[in-house]
Amino acid sequence: MEKLLEIRGLTTEFVTSEGAAKAVDGVGFDIGAGETVGLVGESGCGKSVTALSIMRLVQYPPGRITAGSVMMDGRDLMKLPEKQMRRVRGNDISIVFQEPLTSLNPVFTCGEQIRETIALHQKMGRRESRLKAVEMLRLVRIPDPEKRYDNYPHQMSGGMRQRVMIAMALSCQPRLLIADEPSTALDVSVQAQIIELLLDLKERMGMSVLLITHDLAVVAQMADRVVVMYAGAVVEEAPIDSLFSDPMHPYTEGLMASIPKLGERLERLPVIPGNVPDPLRLPSGCRFSDRCTKRIPKCLIEEPPLFSPAAGRLSRCWLREGIGR
Amino acid sequence: MAAFLLRRILQSLVLVWIVLTITFFLLHLAPGDPMARYEHPDISPETVMKMRGQLGLDRPVIEQYFIWAAGFARGDFGVSFRYNRPVGEILAETIPNTLRLTVASMALYVLFGLALGMMSAARRYSAFDRLNTIVALFVYSIPSFWLALMLIMLFSLKLGILPSSHMQSLDSASMSGIPLFLDRARHLVLPAFVLGVASAAGLARYMRGSMIDVLREDYIRTARAKGLPERSVLLKHAFRNAAIPVVTILGMSLPFLLGGAVIVEKIFSWPGMGGLMVEAIYTRDYPVVLAVNFVVAVMVILGNLLADTGYAVLDPRIMSKETGR
Repeated sequence: MEKLLEIRGLTTEFVTSEGAAKAVDGVGFDIGAGETVGLVGESGCGKSVTALSIMRLVQYPPGRITAGSVMMDGRDLMKLPEKQMRRVRGNDISIVFQEPLTSLNPVFTCGEQIRETIALHQKMGRRESRLKAVEMLRLVRIPDPEKRYDNYPHQMSGGMRQRVMIAMALSCQPRLLIADEPSTALDVSVQAQIIELLLDLKERMGMSVLLITHDLAVVAQMADRVVVMYAGAVVEEAPIDSLFSDPMHPYTEGLMASIPKLGERLERLPVIPGNVPDPLRLPSGCRFSDRCTKRIPKCLIEEPPLFSPAAGRLSRCWLREGIGR
Repeated sequence: MAAFLLRRILQSLVLVWIVLTITFFLLHLAPGDPMARYEHPDISPETVMKMRGQLGLDRPVIEQYFIWAAGFARGDFGVSFRYNRPVGEILAETIPNTLRLTVASMALYVLFGLALGMMSAARRYSAFDRLNTIVALFVYSIPSFWLALMLIMLFSLKLGILPSSHMQSLDSASMSGIPLFLDRARHLVLPAFVLGVASAAGLARYMRGSMIDVLREDYIRTARAKGLPERSVLLKHAFRNAAIPVVTILGMSLPFLLGGAVIVEKIFSWPGMGGLMVEAIYTRDYPVVLAVNFVVAVMVILGNLLADTGYAVLDPRIMSKETGR
């Protein structure tokens, strides 16, 4: 598959009173053209910061990208002058955020907020961009789009607002859509509709998607490949099918085990013991060692690199050392 | 919108009437007598009594109130005790002068307040922001009469580049067109600066705080993610939201500017309502005090009405609450 995006060694730090916390610590993975990559992990593992770092939207202070590269079309986005980076945002790469309720500006109509993006990148006049914006509202299946164009965000439901966000993100036919927990803040029934819509639009428009979620069910439904993050680092990467059938990192196994299964009666759902470590106080050796059930002595001493135990698979676990490298 | 305005105007009329009634009785309760300045060995007590009768001051206060109120309702402000001229005539001469000063200082106030506040917020914690904060607090803490005297000392006495008092030069009668305009503008600089820019320091602090709050919002991140240049993010997406709470401050600051005008007019010998009011209070010139009070009350209420209207125009959520949508 042709690569669209190559992320290497991406590191983003946040300045705190106790020192610099690495929210994203040397993250690297590829996104192929037309591919959907799921980025999975617990809250606070650095998924969203990774997404914001790719678009260089981390606010300084306190955040700062300190290392790494993101290659697209032979250019390193991290080194692009700000003016050229603005042409990438919303045009080549766009993003749908988790909170549809607060991500739209309350004092402008929904239509205007989409129109503005189109006018900015496609050099269209007011009338032309308005027509295109109405078309986008229709594409995300908002009923009566001409009328809804003039609605303010507070006149729409959460699901409708997320559709507006998606319409805005797709309005310039981006080659990569980053969807940061696009359905998490919505009602369960609406969640399914939004995922359905994203699947359909992806099919039609053929863009790549970086889907960020903590919901493995959503990943199973949408992603071709999965990247699992823990405490700021990639711990496992695998094609979707083999990840579920044969997880190769104890953290991924723990995540799988904690999904309730139909037809199975359990007193208690298995959980991963402990909490995600504070990025300022990572355990020595492997960053998962303090919570790992399969820990060996080496895990406490040295941080494992990413091993490749099988074709297309990566695991940051000493237990996979030397197997099929 | 029209119904909203009509209701507010009717409420305001009632309010103005109550304010004037209270003022009327307070004035009559206060010690002092409009005829006190005729107590002179050469004027016989009988003459003073006769004058008292002519002005209606010998009647019971309640009766005086109804006579005054009946005239007032017909638009007759009465005759000044001191100048022996219709109050309406005196007001027609002084109101435009005060308005010129107030409008000029309001313009400086809004311009400096909003611009400095926004620039400070956009470059938070920069050298510019720190300098701005120090200067703002310094100017804010200075009493305006002292600032006025210092500026007169510097610009009029030491440097001799700006006039220290009056609205125009003595020989302005021979001027017209651009020279006249420039002459008047030169006279306006110092009083408008004292009144407007000194109060702008407070407004700038509010604007800075409001802007910093707004810049943290998710929709600002969305605007940046679209690829909008920082200028549009600040001036379009952030400004309108940040201005909403500040508009209330603007409406409330009109009475402060008018109140400040009383002192500033006195210092700069500005032939406006402020000076008139001070003289009228000293000499117990009841009709003038009441008429000036009326004008000030109307301006204050107008300021608040403008603020409320501005509020509704800026924030679509308010209008939909009003109309119950």
